[in-house]
Amino acid sequence: MGFKKFLAKRAITMFGVLMATLLLTIILVGSNMDSISKQSAALEIRQQVTNNKNLLSSFKTTEQLDSYIENQIKQRITALGLDQPWYSPQRIGLSMYKILTLDFGHAKFLTSDSGSSDVRDIILEKLPRTILLFTTATAIVSVLGIFLGTVAASKVNSKIDRITSGLAIISSSFPVWWIGVLMIFVFAFLYPIFPARATPDVSTSDPGYLGSLLYHMALPLITLVMIGFGAWAYLVRNFLVGVLQEDFIMAKRAAGIDEKRILYSHALKNAAPPIVTILALSLSGSLGGAIITEAVFDWPGMGRLYFEAISVLDLPVIIGATYVLTAFFLVSVFVADVLYGYFDPRVRRE
Amino acid sequence: MSFSAKTIWKEFSHSKIGIVGIAILVILFSMSIVAFVTIPLDNFKTWNDPASWLLYPKSAQPAWVNYFQSEKIPEHLILKPISSSQQLDSVSVLTDSFVVNYQYDGFPSDFIYQYTAKYSGSPLLQMSVTRPDGMILQLVSTSLPFANGDTTYSSMIFSTQDVITKNIEDKKTKYAFSLDGMSSEKIIFSKLDENTILKGPYVFRVHLYDVSGTPVLAKSNLIIGGKVYGIMGTDELRRDLSVGLLWGTPLALFIGITVSIGSVVFGLVYGVYAGYKGRSTDEVMMRFNDIIYAMPALPLLIILAVTIGNSIFLIVGFLVIFGWVGIAKVSRSMALQIKTLQYVEASKLMGQKDYKIIFKHILPQLLPYAFASIAISVPGAITTEAGLSFLGLGDPTFPTWGQILHDASSYSAAARGMWWWILPPGIMIAVTGLAFVFMGQAMDSIVNPKLRQR
Repeated sequence: MGFKKFLAKRAITMFGVLMATLLLTIILVGSNMDSISKQSAALEIRQQVTNNKNLLSSFKTTEQLDSYIENQIKQRITALGLDQPWYSPQRIGLSMYKILTLDFGHAKFLTSDSGSSDVRDIILEKLPRTILLFTTATAIVSVLGIFLGTVAASKVNSKIDRITSGLAIISSSFPVWWIGVLMIFVFAFLYPIFPARATPDVSTSDPGYLGSLLYHMALPLITLVMIGFGAWAYLVRNFLVGVLQEDFIMAKRAAGIDEKRILYSHALKNAAPPIVTILALSLSGSLGGAIITEAVFDWPGMGRLYFEAISVLDLPVIIGATYVLTAFFLVSVFVADVLYGYFDPRVRRE
Repeated sequence: MSFSAKTIWKEFSHSKIGIVGIAILVILFSMSIVAFVTIPLDNFKTWNDPASWLLYPKSAQPAWVNYFQSEKIPEHLILKPISSSQQLDSVSVLTDSFVVNYQYDGFPSDFIYQYTAKYSGSPLLQMSVTRPDGMILQLVSTSLPFANGDTTYSSMIFSTQDVITKNIEDKKTKYAFSLDGMSSEKIIFSKLDENTILKGPYVFRVHLYDVSGTPVLAKSNLIIGGKVYGIMGTDELRRDLSVGLLWGTPLALFIGITVSIGSVVFGLVYGVYAGYKGRSTDEVMMRFNDIIYAMPALPLLIILAVTIGNSIFLIVGFLVIFGWVGIAKVSRSMALQIKTLQYVEASKLMGQKDYKIIFKHILPQLLPYAFASIAISVPGAITTEAGLSFLGLGDPTFPTWGQILHDASSYSAAARGMWWWILPPGIMIAVTGLAFVFMGQAMDSIVNPKLRQR
């Protein structure tokens, strides 16, 4: 199978996953969404009628007014296609088409910082912040992890190797958000070095905004790095130890090549495919984990938006955020696949 | 590839971390048994009911912090009475006395007497206190509402009631300082020459006088308010945290073990079936597996919990939905190897049915791997459930450690320095996870001997 065919196959699978997730989300929230849109249509009509003084005075009894309003609501619901059940294929198809074209509608309660209630505006405002925090964290974690893992792999069973493995095992069983709560307790309460809430307290237009943003980012960043690099180092170590047992390394050693050079340029290069794949995967994984972490630190990104949307059940926002998160997740899975296929031709042939 | 239970156990018992894991697990299981025995489930279900925690202090630290402090913080005491009764002519007197040896370096925050009396007529209730220096203060003297027949009456006497301060005023000449505007517990527990705490034994007595019958105090508790309580302290909603932490243990074990067994069994059967059948069955099943594998678990879990429901059993089910995929992939590739072995081919040629080959010849080979996977996937299930609960999506009838942390964060416990509310639940989650990780590591090195050589 050629590389192109491999790419095409993966891309189709990913698109299928995106559609499946979208369909699942719409089915899950469909009935609630239905009653919400019906209610808002009814509310709109009622407001129109009560604002129209001439129309209002033309009715003699309240019954007449009520039946008029009922009629209008019915008409509007038919016009919007809401008279069909929410699970009818046309309506599901329509909602999926709308979401695919990034038309998420208007939020019920939440607004962006600039006051817009368009879900797309809200997401576009929050997304860069999440990417900023989690990309920075992943970058630091991977550099630290690769370095520490290489050192550990070069001295198997040494003290540093054992510490790395121990750290990886222990840090994997702590929930990141709990460490976050602890960090807030220690560094915002006991020793007030960092702010407890990660939302910057100056407005976006202020020249000091970037500085404030970075200062508020410090505590979540430190937490993410602290929890993350142990597992990374452990993974890198395991890949490297595997590579170092291969024959070609033996040959290099026999040829008298410097041990450091073997480790950093030859072994690390061969361990690169799985490492790069995991890098891409951990980026996407951290986006999903962001929901809880951002809620803990009050970081104004996608995760907290999701959390807020859930607590007030703002369905348009939930659907929009799920779609964007899924899309990001899938793009990085796809990139990981492609990288792996590029580095390791055996995968393509499978 | 073949293992007997005996050799596995022999290898396992040589692994130090495996034994540590088992030891922690045994402790956790005994904690669960203690929870079942000491706190009935029905009691635990009142966890979220504020009415059942009225007697407890608000945000109290654990009582043992006093060992590390030179200044003893007053402990929150819930005192049980010593009852006696006597007959004076026609009057029957019921006396409940509460003895407390008060050795703390601060005044109690308040005191509350809570009682339920059964009587007929109109008995007289008197409350007094004998201080360590022998002085007796009359606190309350009140008659209970008149009743023609037998009646039950429940009420409380609070230290903040005006009548108590008024009654104490009789003795104000004994005090060397002015009592104006002072709350009653600061006077009762004070030295005479200056307003500091008088340490020593205090005896609170409650008398119930009745002429028309013998009254009974069905319930009688004296609560002396303080700032430390119990082994684990209390939270903002006055709940005793030790109860929540203890009951969290069986719940976490239940969630972790059920989810991992469910995921592993389903993943194993799914993967082995796909691998054994091969061809288009395999292709279709593995594409479906890919789809679930690539779905973002947490957002979907949240949507499922919000829309379908958040009962603990549903959450276990949701976690299984996202838990089996990885195991299915690995067991498929293992099945691909095993099905080419000669004895499998042989039984196929003998006309053995497919499901018999799978269950008799392939699955038993994968059992060691299955056990290792069960142990390894428990911590993930526990932390994910804790995460969902932390977001406020947990089952309110079965509060888990994650929900305790959720409450802690919604009352911003971290910013207020309430460490006893944040630390223990997280440590419990981590320790439970570690026990299984340790066991999983030990089993993993038996199942994959390659890892040992590294």
